[in-house]
Amino acid sequence: MQDERLIGDFQISADTLRRQADAAREAGFTQLAENLRRAAELTAVPNDELLRIYEALRPGRSTQAELLAIADRLERDYHAAQTAAFVREAAAEYARRGLFRRE
Amino acid sequence: MSQSKRFALLAERDINKETFVEAWPDAGLIVADGPNDPAPSLTVESNRVAEMDGKLRADFDAIDTFIADHFLDLRAAGEAMATSSLRLARMLVDINVPAREVRRLALGCTPAKLCEVVRHMNVLEMMMGLAKMRVRKTPANQAHVTNRRENPALLAADAAEAALRGFAEIETTVGVARMAPLNALCVLIGSQTGRGGVLTQCAIEESMGLRLAMKGLTTYAETLSVYGTERSFVDGDDTPWSKAFLASAYASRGVKIRFTSGTGSEALMGSSEGKSMLYLEARCLCVVRGAGSQGVQNGSISCIALPESLPGGVRAVLAENLIAAMLGLEVASGNDALASHSAIRKSAKLMLQFIPGTDFIFSGYSAVPRRDNMFGGGNFDAEDFDDYNVLQRDMQVDGGLRPVTEGEALAVRREAARAAQAVYAELGFPDIRDEEVEAAVVAHSSEDMPPRDIVADLAAADRFLAGQQDVRDVVAALRRRGFAGIADNIAEMLHQRMLGDYLQPAAIFVKGSEAQGADSSSQSLSSSGLRVLSALTDPNDYAGPGTGYRLGGARWQEVISLPQVRSPRDFIADRIGTPMQNLHEVGPARRGRFNEVIVCVGPAFGTALTQTINGLDHEAVLKAIFTGVAKEGLVARLIKAYHTSDCAQLGFTASSYSGSGIGIGLQSRGTTVIHKRGMPRLHNLELFSFSPSLTLETFEQIGRNAAKYAKGETVRPVPVTVDNWARLRLIVKTALLHRRETEEVRDRPPQELFFDWEPEV
Repeated sequence: MQDERLIGDFQISADTLRRQADAAREAGFTQLAENLRRAAELTAVPNDELLRIYEALRPGRSTQAELLAIADRLERDYHAAQTAAFVREAAAEYARRGLFRRE
Repeated sequence: MSQSKRFALLAERDINKETFVEAWPDAGLIVADGPNDPAPSLTVESNRVAEMDGKLRADFDAIDTFIADHFLDLRAAGEAMATSSLRLARMLVDINVPAREVRRLALGCTPAKLCEVVRHMNVLEMMMGLAKMRVRKTPANQAHVTNRRENPALLAADAAEAALRGFAEIETTVGVARMAPLNALCVLIGSQTGRGGVLTQCAIEESMGLRLAMKGLTTYAETLSVYGTERSFVDGDDTPWSKAFLASAYASRGVKIRFTSGTGSEALMGSSEGKSMLYLEARCLCVVRGAGSQGVQNGSISCIALPESLPGGVRAVLAENLIAAMLGLEVASGNDALASHSAIRKSAKLMLQFIPGTDFIFSGYSAVPRRDNMFGGGNFDAEDFDDYNVLQRDMQVDGGLRPVTEGEALAVRREAARAAQAVYAELGFPDIRDEEVEAAVVAHSSEDMPPRDIVADLAAADRFLAGQQDVRDVVAALRRRGFAGIADNIAEMLHQRMLGDYLQPAAIFVKGSEAQGADSSSQSLSSSGLRVLSALTDPNDYAGPGTGYRLGGARWQEVISLPQVRSPRDFIADRIGTPMQNLHEVGPARRGRFNEVIVCVGPAFGTALTQTINGLDHEAVLKAIFTGVAKEGLVARLIKAYHTSDCAQLGFTASSYSGSGIGIGLQSRGTTVIHKRGMPRLHNLELFSFSPSLTLETFEQIGRNAAKYAKGETVRPVPVTVDNWARLRLIVKTALLHRRETEEVRDRPPQELFFDWEPEV
C-alpha cells in the first residue's frame, strides 16, 4: 500500500512530536504545543485517511453523525483522544452554526 | 485636460495610475477605527468566556467561539483587559519592558482590544514595536519562483539562483493546478543546489498541498488561509477547526506550516459585516494563534491594493504585522503582490518592514521577472535585486539577501537545470532537452525559453501524483546521475523532517557558521552543518540600542561586497600619466605689466595629475586656452600655484599677477574660473564648475572670453552644458582628484611656467 511505503524513511515519530510539543509549551507557545500533540496522534493515521478526515471537517461536507463517527474512529483505531475531542468540539459548533451538510 | 502644464505632467505620473477612494465603512472599505467595530470587553464566568467584545456567547459566530476557547489566555485576560490600551501601546515601545511581558498580556487581549492598542501608535512606534516583538532574532526573506510557461529547467535554475542570493524560503505556484507536483519538484531540486537548507512550498489548494508534502516534494506550507468573518471563512472552504486539523496533519508529517491572512480579504469577498479591515485581521490572528499555527503570512498579501486605496492603509498593514508579532507568531510580512505603479510608493511602504526587520520581510520577493510571477506580479522583482542589495548596504540593514556574481549565478543555474533534466529522465517524465538547459542557464524570463509540450508535462504530473514515486526516488535518481551534493541536501531536508526542530516558531535553516547570535549549546549541528534558527534557538532579545540583531561581522562584509564596488584608487589611476615634458618651472612668478591673460594652474597640474576629470590631457587643455587667447590678439602667460588647490584662489592668484587684471584659475580636474583683479576672492566673471562637461572647444572659448575681458570688450558668457547627474556620477572621482591636488600644496610662492608651445594663429 502506498501509505505504508510513504510513512517510512522520513516520517517523524509521535515521540519526537511530543518532545517538540513540550519544548513549545515551555517557551510559551501553548497552542502550538496543542497542535503538535494532535500531530503526534495523527502520525498513526495513513495519508489517505488523513486527507479524508480533513475533507470531512470542511464546511458543508459532513452530517453531525458522520463527524462524530470520525471522532470515535480516531479515538478507537488510532488512540487519538485529543484529536477526537477536537473533532467533537467542532461538531458541536457546526451544529450550532449550521455548518453541516444540508440534506 | 489640465490647463497647467505642471498638472498635466503630474496627471501622467505613476502615482496617478493608482485608485484612491474615501472610506465606506458599511462596505468594509475602512482600514481601522471602523464606526461599527466593537469596543473591547470580556466577561469570564466559571473559567469560560461568557461575553467578548460586546457579544454574548449565545450570539457568537464560529470565529468568536474559536477565539474564546482556543486563543484567549484566561490567566492573563483579566489583567490585560484591565490595563489601558494606551499603557499597553507604550509598553510596546518601552525598551525597559521585555517582549515576553508584552506578549503575556497580548495573549489575554480580545481582538477589539488588540486594535485599540495599536491605534494609539504611529508608524515609527509600530516599527519599534515590531523590532522588539519579532519572534526570530535574525531576519530573513522568502522568494517567489514561478514562470509563465511552467518550464521545469527554468524553475530549477531560478530556484537555485534564489537560494544563492540568500532566500531562506522559496514559494512556487502554478498556472495550471495539475502541474503542481512537477513545479514543486523542480523548485525543490533548484533550492537544494548549492547551499541547501532552503525551505520550499507550492501554493495550491489545501488538500493538494498536503499531498505534495506527504510525497516529500515540499518542506513547508503557507497558504492555509483564514478570514475574519464566518461567511468569508466558509467561502474559503474551511472552518477554524478544519484549518487547525490541517495544521496538525502537516505537523504529523514533520512539515512546517504558517497560516495566511490579511487586511482587505473580507471586503473583497463581500463579507466584511461592516467592520474595519484591521479589526477583522485581529480576529484572523487570534484564530491563527488559537489553531496552533507557529506563524502567519500577513500584510494584506494579494489584497494589498485595497487598503492602499484607503486613507491610512499602509499604516494599517504595518499594524497587522505588529499584532501578529505581539501574539508570538512568525510573520512573513507581505510586500509580495504588486501594490503600486510608483517606485517611490512601493519602496517607502517596504521600509516599514525592512527597517525593523521581520521573520520574512517579503512573502515573497519575486525572484523572477514580473510577467513570470504567477502570484499576480511581484512588488519587487528580479529586476530590483541590485537596488535591494544597495538598500541593505545603505542602511546597514539585513534584508536577507546577498550580492552574487554572474559567474556564481550561471554555475548554480546550470547545475540545477541539469539536475532537473537528469531527474526527469530517470523518472520517465518528458525529456528536458539540452537546448532547454542551455537556455535556462542564461535566461532572464520564460520568453528566453524554447516551447515545451505542456500536455505531456501535465500527463506526467498526474501520473507522478497518483503513482508510487516520491522524493526518495528523486534522491536516488540524483545519486545515479552524479548529483551527489543535491541528493545529500534533499536527504538532509528529509532528515530534518524527522527531527522536527523546524516545527518550532519562526524556524529557518542556516549553515552553522552563518548563525549570528544563535545559542549553539542548545542544538547540535546535523551532519550537513544545518542549524535551525527559531524562537527557541534564536529568540529575539531586542531591548534597545546595542541589543538584538545587529548587522556586522562576516554578514556585513558580505552585504557590502557588491560586485559593482570598485577600489576608489581605480578612479584616479588613469588620470595619472607621464608628467608633461614641455612644461618647465623657470622661477618665481612675475607680476605682468602688459595686456595679457594669466592662467594659474593647480599644484598637481601636468605633474602629479595629467588629465582632467573627463580625460582631457592637460597639455591639450592648455593649448586650447592659449589658442583662444591668441585668437583675440593677446598672449597668455602660465603660472602654477603651490599655496592652494582651491579654484577660486587659483583665479584670484591669476588675476593678481596679470598685467590686464584678468586671470584664469584652472584646477587639474578641469574646474575653471575667470577672475578679475579687484573682485572679491569668491566672486568671478565666469565660473565653470561642471568640469566633466567641459570640452576643448569650451576651453578655447574660455581663453577668448578672458582675452576679451582684458581688452574691455562686451562679453557673452561661454555657454556650458549643465548636467546635474554628473555630480552624482563623478562625486567620488571629483573628491579623489581634488585630494590628490591638495596633497601637492606646499608653502611656496607661485612659479612661472614655460609652456614650450606656440599657438598657430
